[in-house]
Amino acid sequence: MELATLERLNAYRRARVAAALITDMGSGDASVIAEGDELDGVLGEAVASAFRSGRSSVVELDGARYFLNVYLPPPDVVVIGAVHISQVLAKMAALAGFGVRIIDPRTAFATPERFAGINLVTDWPADALKDKPLDTYTALVAVTHDPKIDDFPIAEALRRGCFYVGALGSRRTHASRLDRLRAEGFADKALARINGPVGLPIGAASPAEIAVAILAQIIEALRTRDIILRKSDVQ
Amino acid sequence: MNEMMMDLDPLVTAETWRKSGREVAIATVIETWGSAPRPAGSHLVIDSDANFEGSVSGGCVEGAVISEALDVISTGEAKMLEFGVADETAWRVGLSCGGRIRVYVERLG
Repeated sequence: MELATLERLNAYRRARVAAALITDMGSGDASVIAEGDELDGVLGEAVASAFRSGRSSVVELDGARYFLNVYLPPPDVVVIGAVHISQVLAKMAALAGFGVRIIDPRTAFATPERFAGINLVTDWPADALKDKPLDTYTALVAVTHDPKIDDFPIAEALRRGCFYVGALGSRRTHASRLDRLRAEGFADKALARINGPVGLPIGAASPAEIAVAILAQIIEALRTRDIILRKSDVQ
Repeated sequence: MNEMMMDLDPLVTAETWRKSGREVAIATVIETWGSAPRPAGSHLVIDSDANFEGSVSGGCVEGAVISEALDVISTGEAKMLEFGVADETAWRVGLSCGGRIRVYVERLG
């Protein structure tokens, strides 16, 4: 592999863009492509499938052997609201390998005692997300059901192409939320990406059970997501 | 990726080393059979003084990969290595877990 190829690959990884290194095992030639780049033919299909599964493997095409090494950014979960569900969800998501960040401007909820060892930000979401923006490898879960706190990050998650957007609230709460977002100019197709009521329908009742339902839905979205086209090149 | 993770990242290390003028080889697990400690795609990077970062197994075959890597650095010829169950007649080193791995070692240009 040439140094320039490695530099490109590392630049994508630093920018949290999924990338694949394709090495021709016969010649040793290597090239880098980012998720969403056009790649025709059978090799394109193999690479798309590797991006979805996150698994690296050797593929044989027309007598040639290629090693497809896939580099996916580590997924993050951002939770809006330092409530009871968030306390359990933060721990469960960390165990499942996600980076976790909790954002809640209400200092009565967002206390270090309730969230020991968790990245907790006591700012308004608009400020917190300016410092560290959402991206396509981030799941956004809004659980305060206070429009003043939840609406902005939900809209931001749709704009940034988060792989999962979930919002807690009854069907009625969710319907009025959709009305407000529609008034902001979001199309129904975009709004359909919001999971509300949040979580897989497993009849979850307690905060811990609801956290399981939400985490399972996040994992489902991560492992079955469509290829999201990059909006801009990192280079 | 946070800064601590980047510091321990083999490919970031390889880039830094190469840019500071060091000769570097990259070893990559490309295939695994049975129980293998590190999945396909895992990296170990080595410089010509045998400094290394990363892993291709749980510490079972790194020593052998490093010595092959020194060879790859001096000749520039990539190598395909295969490691299986420890068996003195077949392998000098092996994987106690019973798996088998294939490791590709190449020089960074």
